[in-house]
Formats: sequence, C-alpha cells, structure tokens
Amino acid sequence: MNTDTSAPRKLRVATVSLAGCFGCHMSFLDIDERLFELIEHITFDRSPLTDIKTVGPCDIGLIEGGLCNAENVEVLRAFRANCRVLVAVGACAITGGLPALRNHLDVGDMLQAVYGTVPDDPELPLPLNKVHPIHEVVRIDHSLPGCPPPADAFWQLLQDLIAGREPALNKGLIRYD
Amino acid sequence: MSSFSFDGQPVPLQPGDTILQAAQRAGHEVPHLCWHPEVSSSASCRVCTVRVDGRPAAACTTAAAAGQRVDCHTADLRAQRLHLLQMLFVEGNHFCPGCEKSGHCLLQHQAERAGMTDLHYETLNPERPVDASHPDVLFEPNRCILCQLCVRASDELDGKQVFAIGGHGIGAHLLIDSASGRLGDSALSVEDRAAHICPVGALLPKRVGFAVPIGRRTFDDEETRG
Ligand code: SF4
Ligand code: SF4
Repeated sequence: MNTDTSAPRKLRVATVSLAGCFGCHMSFLDIDERLFELIEHITFDRSPLTDIKTVGPCDIGLIEGGLCNAENVEVLRAFRANCRVLVAVGACAITGGLPALRNHLDVGDMLQAVYGTVPDDPELPLPLNKVHPIHEVVRIDHSLPGCPPPADAFWQLLQDLIAGREPALNKGLIRYD
Repeated sequence: MSSFSFDGQPVPLQPGDTILQAAQRAGHEVPHLCWHPEVSSSASCRVCTVRVDGRPAAACTTAAAAGQRVDCHTADLRAQRLHLLQMLFVEGNHFCPGCEKSGHCLLQHQAERAGMTDLHYETLNPERPVDASHPDVLFEPNRCILCQLCVRASDELDGKQVFAIGGHGIGAHLLIDSASGRLGDSALSVEDRAAHICPVGALLPKRVGFAVPIGRRTFDDEETRG
C-alpha cells in the first residue's frame, strides 16, 4: 500500500495513434534522457508504449493521427471521456494531414484499386468517407503542430501541464512541416 | 517632418505613403499576405488590418496622414489575424508536410508568427483539379489564397494578363486566360514575374522543389531546426 503522501501525485498520461504514422510518438521519445526526469512526474495509462488495453481516467491524453475509420472515432471518444486535458498532436490530428489527400478520391474505388477483392470481415473497421482532423469530432484543449512536432514542443507542453501552467509554445516550436 | 503614431512610436511620412509603406520604411513589421512592393495593392487578405484612430482599415491601401493614431500589434488585432489565417488554412488543402513551398511560404510564416497551433474551424476539403499542363509551371489551386499577386504581376509587370479572379463567394477561383482554361495553353512563361510572385505553394516552377536544406529556407531561423 502506498502510504507516502509527501510526493505529489503523478499525472496519468494516455497516448494513442489513430490515423497516424507513429512519428509523433517517435518525436516524443526524442526528448531522450529527459524521459527519466519525466517519468518522475507522470505515469502512462493506455499507450502504444504500455500493455494497457483500454483508456482509464487520465489527466492528459495525447492524440496522434486524424480519423480515417470507425475504430478511430470510437477510441477518440473514449479518450475524450476519460482525459481531463486532450491534446491534438501533429499535423494529422490537427488538419487530417497528408492522409487527408485521399479526400478527393472515392474510398470504394481506392480499396478496389489496392485490394481487388475488398476485405469485408466485420472484425475490420470500416474506413470513413473522408479523413477528418480530430477537432471536428471532439473538443480539443491544446494542439502541438508539426509533422512531427519537435521533441522540445512535447517537453514544453508536458512541463507546462505538470506545473499547472497554461501551455505555451516558445517561438521556434510552432511549425507545420 | 510630419508623422503619425504607430503602436505609440512616431513614424515619419512621405507624400503618397500608405500606412504599411511608411511603417515598413521605419522598420516596423506589418503582417501581410497579398501586399508586394513590386505591384499595386489589393487589400484582399485583410491580414494587414490596423486600427486608425480606433477604426479598422487595411494598412496597405489606407493613406497615412499626419497625426493619425495607428494600432497594429494589439490583442484584438492579433486574435483577428489568427482567425483570418485559420480561415485561409481550412478553405484550402494546406498540408505543409508535403508542400514544396514549406519554409518559403508567407501564409505559413504569418501563421507561425500569429502563434497558430490549430485550425479552429472545420476543414472544407476543396477538390479543385491540379493543373500540370504547363511545361515549367505547376498550379495547385487547393493552395491558392486568391491574393491576386499573380494577377497584378501579369498585368502590371509582364504586360500579359494571364490571370484573373472569377466566380463568387466560396466558389471564387483563379482564372487562366486561354481557350482551354489551362496554364499550358496560356501566354505564361517561366521567365515571367507572375510565375514566381505567388506567396504560397499554388503557382510553383517545376523541377526545383525541396532544393534548400531545412534550416536555410526563406523563413527559417536558428530556432527552426535545432
Ligand atoms: S502553401 Fe504554404 S501554408 Fe499552404 S501547404 Fe504550402 S507551405 Fe503550407
Ligand atoms: S496563384 Fe498564388 S499568387 Fe495567384 S492568386 Fe493564388 S495565391 Fe495568389
């Protein structure tokens, strides 16, 4: 039993990649040895970096990727329901990103062109007609732009949230490419 | 010498000055997109909106006058600029990670300066076909912000009138003067000023993309890449 009440409670952080490339997660890990300092202040809930299968009540949710299929929407809603602060991370979450270049094509034609016989097992989530940024479906509290955002932007955001400050990106940490 | 006040600082006037001209000459930066020193002003982007004695006005077309009080970098004007930029981003397909203009783009630069981190509005997903018919110049209309710089450059500098704006409301778009409506059949040459004045990645010379290393592009600074 944890009886130590002197140390401040660690913030619970969940992360997920929806229609993402995992590059935002890699850029997060690019904070390198600062991860050891960070882990003194946070603990991970559901994340590709943990084995937790469903998101529980959290302080912070980091969402990489836009919405390209039905499962993305379900997971995003679960994150919104559980996370006090939800952060759109990277160009895909914020704008739809390069995957949204498919928006001018017919999704049926595309699947046909790639697969010939389109997989139709109900296990598979159906693709959405268009790729959407996540703010079109749930309320977003903060955004980290970039493809991916620089490691220092993740660091800055988490430092601000841990300290209870309104997150603010310094000049040079806002980029879109 | 007569002067006006710009964000509380005196700015000297020359005859015929607009507010933007005089302020820039005095070393103040006035955010803008559709203004360019080589061509006439059009006041279409509204990013240079300032308050002149309390009333909003486009700094690029408003004559400067002695004794004016001009406010540019105020909290409400900053908020308005941010929303104008967000509207331009959702109106087109601005996927900077795959755009050859990234780092050289004035829209992107103004958005970074305005502290834009999200799009705020719903994306409109325009589906205007790319025009790659010209041997040396590409036109990607989903990035066009209708600044009309190419229109004015073609008219005023090249003497060609290759471009115009047509359509209404959200349907407004860049027209190309040729029987087919395509760039390849127009009088545009890659030597023309109009082929290079586009502030965004809409009109691009072909075969020169991604030529400048990240960190050394037009709007990169020492903080852009560590
Ligand atoms: S035109 Fe500018 S803002 Fe648009 S995608 Fe290209 S770099 Fe980004
Ligand atoms: S093509 Fe470029 S220069 Fe011409 S109106 Fe569009 S954004 Fe402006």
